[in-house]
Amino acid sequence: MSNVSYIQRPNRVLLIYALIYLAYLYIPVLFLPLFSFNDSLYVAFPLKGFTTRWYVEMLDNEPMQAALLNSLKVGVVASIVATLLGIFGAKAVSRYRIFAQKAVVSTIMLPLVIPGIILGVALLILLSRLGIGLSLVTVTLGHILICVPFSMATLMARFEGLEASFEEAAADLGDNAWWVFWRVTFPVVFPGILASLLLCFTISFDEFIMAFFLAGSDPTLPIFIYSQLRFPQKLPGVLALGACILMVSFVVVFVSQWLQGRGGLAAIDKDHRP
Amino acid sequence: MSGNDSYIVIENVSKHFGPVIAVDQIDISIRAGEFFSLLGASGCGKTTLLRMLAGFEVPTSGEIYIDQMPVTAVPPHKRPTNMVFQNYAIFPHLNVRRNIAYGLRAAKLSKAERDHKVDEALELVKLPGLGARSATELSGGQRQRVALARALIKRPKVLLLDEPLGALDKKLREEMQLELRALQQSLGITFIFVTHDQEEAMTLSDRIAVMSQGRVLQMASPKEIYDHPNSVEVADFIGQMNFMDAIVTDRTGSSLVLDVAVLGQVTVANGAASLQPGAQAVVAIRPERLSLSSTKTARNGNCIEGAIQSVAYLGDRSHFYVSVNGREQPLAVVAQDTDLAGAPSLGSKSKVWVSWQDDALLLLPKD
Repeated sequence: MSNVSYIQRPNRVLLIYALIYLAYLYIPVLFLPLFSFNDSLYVAFPLKGFTTRWYVEMLDNEPMQAALLNSLKVGVVASIVATLLGIFGAKAVSRYRIFAQKAVVSTIMLPLVIPGIILGVALLILLSRLGIGLSLVTVTLGHILICVPFSMATLMARFEGLEASFEEAAADLGDNAWWVFWRVTFPVVFPGILASLLLCFTISFDEFIMAFFLAGSDPTLPIFIYSQLRFPQKLPGVLALGACILMVSFVVVFVSQWLQGRGGLAAIDKDHRP
Repeated sequence: MSGNDSYIVIENVSKHFGPVIAVDQIDISIRAGEFFSLLGASGCGKTTLLRMLAGFEVPTSGEIYIDQMPVTAVPPHKRPTNMVFQNYAIFPHLNVRRNIAYGLRAAKLSKAERDHKVDEALELVKLPGLGARSATELSGGQRQRVALARALIKRPKVLLLDEPLGALDKKLREEMQLELRALQQSLGITFIFVTHDQEEAMTLSDRIAVMSQGRVLQMASPKEIYDHPNSVEVADFIGQMNFMDAIVTDRTGSSLVLDVAVLGQVTVANGAASLQPGAQAVVAIRPERLSLSSTKTARNGNCIEGAIQSVAYLGDRSHFYVSVNGREQPLAVVAQDTDLAGAPSLGSKSKVWVSWQDDALLLLPKD
């Protein structure tokens, strides 16, 4: 007799399916680090030999570093602003009775389904009409616009899980609205806030279309990479950069999963640790 | 001391949610140190009333006083009340100690004082040593105790409890009932307890307010409510009851003669003045005030014949349902097993005689 339950019994077909699934997801991505260490200008098999010179070159590539810095700036500001707006919005729609609540939520979510190219063109026309010059600021504004719905969706789920009685209990135990927020609301929804920050940053960091329309003379990283593809000799450098970004992404995802797994944030109360 | 008699005063309080009237012009006075229950089916307004005492809802009209201070406009965090929530609302991001110490923030205690208070509270609810446990690792009973400790640590003037035992299994619930009662008596804090479980309310309370549709039907001690319910609705809600329609046929002084369905002619002392001959009323009798016997035992002639329809054996007592002529529903009869020692053969379909004492009959107004 087998000692595994019905649901746990091994299934070879499913196993093969799972392996193909994972291969499909990750093999294309793994080409990046592979060729970034390849000692050849051409991205082709057979591999020529091991080198780190693309990474060294990357460190000397000032325009690339400038573009990376631009993307970081835009990503950080856009994710923070979008998440703040998301917190207020999610708290409002999950806590208070609002006039035409469903219509309000749908309106906030609408940018999710508007193609980026339409939004980009529309913003470009609006900004030029208003006489506002294109810069990283305009890119950031565009990114906030597309990030807010994602932030709202992430945070609404978390606020729904925050029972009203938690906040009532905190008020009942002597905390005013401000303390209730800092000691209960914020720590309980913190994983959602973190998830929103990471998601918005990621969206902003690899967003191309809006940035393409709205960036002035300061390109963000995706725009810069695109411009580099015209020069074959730059490609290995781009691969090295891509491999670095991939590494950072994995670490970020790992950390965020770990934080989510901890469920909540107790740090706020450390001053009051009994 | 009159201030003591009206420690908490709910004065003509109403609460409307749009067109819905949740609480309708309620007047209640609660004594200091009293264990007071708000009892009623769901939707009767008991929880809304409790939430108004806590400050989570503001009355549409009326005023609430706690210890002679009007509190209607006072927000929850400034009220001398603390609450045990129905779902306990244990903060999921804090461990047991920090949950219990939550209310001590403003007290600005030293670490040692705080530790001492939390230890005391843990001791009080019989959870010593569980302080480091995370909120998510607690059983239902433990969550209930943590919620209690957290609410009691500030020694509120009034502890509000919103069906705190509802989620526990029967055995644990009965255990907690005894503990709650003991705790309330040793602390001397006024408890206001919301429940839909009439047995629980009877076990715990000094006084009960039976509520229905936003109003108080009757407010009295458990014994008074059980023995002298003031309406069919209260009598039906508290325990089991057999109801029979009746018509007043004669009146001499305060004593009434009634023609009661099934039971026949009945005399009741102290009938309400409003009941004149011809008036309709309801006569009620508790199942345990009816007796069964296999032979006709003349008890002032208060005896009718019936047939047992079903029996539920509960160990210490049995519930009989006896069908009698002229009545659709069977009569419910509860008998202690010791009472039935002489008639062990009472089973389904047996013929029986049901008898009662005059003073067991309750005269209630017809709705």
